Amino acid sequence: MEATLATIVATASPLVYAAIGETITEKAGVVNLSLEGTMRLAAMTGFAVSIATHSALLGFLAAMGVGALIATIVAFASIELRLNQIAVGFVLTLLAIELSSFLGDPYVGRRGAGVPSMPIPLLSEIPFLGGVLFEHNLSVYGSYLVILGAYLFIFKSRRGLEMQGVGERPEAAFARGIPVNRLRYLYTIVGGALAGIGGAAFSLYVQLGWREGLTAKNYGWIALAIVIFGGWNPIRVAFGAYLFGVLQWAALQLQPVFPSEAQILALLPFPLMIFALVLVFLSSRQDLAGRHPVLRRFLSAEPPSALGTAFHRE
Amino acid sequence: MNGRGWAARTAAILVPIALAFAVAIVLLQLGGAPPLEALGLLWDGSVGSGAKVADTLAAWVPLTLAAAGLVVTFAAGLWNIGIEGQIVAGAIAATWVAREAPGPTPVLIPLMLLAGVIGGTLWALLAGVLKTRGGVNEIFGGLGLDFVASGLVIYLIIGPWKRAGIASTSGTDLFRNEAWLPTAGVNNVPAIAIGLTVAAVILVYLLMRGTRFGLRMKAVGRNARSAHLMGIPTERYTLGAFALCGGLAGLAGAIQVSSAFHKLVPSVSGGYGFLGILVVLLAAFRAAWIAPIALFFAAVAVGSTQLSLRLNLDSSLGGVLQGVLVLLVILAGGWQARRSRRARVDPTSREEP
Repeated sequence: MEATLATIVATASPLVYAAIGETITEKAGVVNLSLEGTMRLAAMTGFAVSIATHSALLGFLAAMGVGALIATIVAFASIELRLNQIAVGFVLTLLAIELSSFLGDPYVGRRGAGVPSMPIPLLSEIPFLGGVLFEHNLSVYGSYLVILGAYLFIFKSRRGLEMQGVGERPEAAFARGIPVNRLRYLYTIVGGALAGIGGAAFSLYVQLGWREGLTAKNYGWIALAIVIFGGWNPIRVAFGAYLFGVLQWAALQLQPVFPSEAQILALLPFPLMIFALVLVFLSSRQDLAGRHPVLRRFLSAEPPSALGTAFHRE
Repeated sequence: MNGRGWAARTAAILVPIALAFAVAIVLLQLGGAPPLEALGLLWDGSVGSGAKVADTLAAWVPLTLAAAGLVVTFAAGLWNIGIEGQIVAGAIAATWVAREAPGPTPVLIPLMLLAGVIGGTLWALLAGVLKTRGGVNEIFGGLGLDFVASGLVIYLIIGPWKRAGIASTSGTDLFRNEAWLPTAGVNNVPAIAIGLTVAAVILVYLLMRGTRFGLRMKAVGRNARSAHLMGIPTERYTLGAFALCGGLAGLAGAIQVSSAFHKLVPSVSGGYGFLGILVVLLAAFRAAWIAPIALFFAAVAVGSTQLSLRLNLDSSLGGVLQGVLVLLVILAGGWQARRSRRARVDPTSREEP
């Protein structure tokens, strides 16, 4: 049990980074649809840089750079050019996937050092919880900080309130002297950099190595779905990421039972997670809400009002 | 004034093409390959011989069918990311007919193509109902159904439809000869498939241009709320767009199994659905531009497979080229719109001619 939960916590950490990053981006009113491409190109770049420099840290930094760069293009296209964010994000997705295949070709099958495990003294001694949460590497610990930090920032800080204003009612925020578009740039780039960490987390420890067309595949799409599932709340988003980890673990357990369907079982968590969005939608409807207030509180989700729209003062 | 507008529009197309090739040349240099030789291979590998032209046309068919369908869903304001699954669903339905139905080619082939259309339509309607009744954005509903379709095709290939004796993911047994779509000439040009594709493009063009159905579809896409207030049944139009696109995607899937592979394979969609989205974006959603742009994309895709054979380069260079091109064209379009906005708002900022 303890080992199982520890594995789930570690394997879900890339999704935590990506989904929280996207939450930050979308809270500011921008959709960065390119996560699937961002994560795969970042995974390739992180792995390649870590091999070239023998440093996992530099690998992570390079991956953050890739994520930030793609996010900058998304922000520029949506803020300066007022282009459709979905269109730009989709094109960047395909482009980044192809780039990761082309540039990553020499790194297929290479061995990497990975990220060393680093149990936290004292905390890892705690019975049960210590083994589950505190016998991992720095990147996994970082994912806890990102969840907590994003939650406190968005809901408990002044800057976070400003950011919500930018995503909900940009005109009102602007009237109060908040630099709407500058903040949108900032949070889109921060979100992209976090997605970059998520990508590198795959190639540097979750699925150590680079296999084109396999490493980090489909996780970017799932991260986008988890943001909706989590109702743009970092705690619930993190819950969604861990739930996906549980689904994947369960699918793995079923493989010995249905050995010939192993490949299909591995695919199963992806549609399940997406169709869970139906639940979120139904529970946010009035009739159900009246009967199950607890369910509603947990599942309802309202996107930021100005999500995906460009802001400009006339 | 008009001359400048025309020049600017031409530049907005030519500059991105030149830049995309420049990016490809830089990437080839980075990959340690001779750029000019590689671009030459791209040319030879796509249109260099009769056989290569036939290959390019074989790729053009599913790509164009997908793009033609996507013109309809885009007009209705829908991002039909589920198109990959719709191609797969059509391929599965056509394979089922090929395995089960008796009869000679003139009976079997129409049945297979029809089954493909129906399979793709039903699969697309699932995404449509998920959107209109389940509140799931079509991007995510479509993705989820893409996953299900790819799981289903693998299940069929290693399960009920596995090859005699061995369960392998390489595909089912080859269809019997009656289920092969007839081709023309020594190079096996898929003439029937091309004819169907041309008909589909014309159909979509006329539908979107001259019919009440097309106009109302566009109204729903522009502003669903006001379309609803005008008395247009928006849900029916949303589902109609999904059904049309799914039908064409399913036809593409049926053609893939009966003409390109002669069996069902896991990667039967070939990524043509997603590539079709790029084609439609580059065509600025206009049906008339689909065919030539898809031809260019098909040539790049087929040509770039030569790179991996001859220069040991990853064939994804073609995809990079396509992606950079579409991105640059979209950005250039946004840039021009921005300049004309600025010129309107502040007349003094307009450059002197």
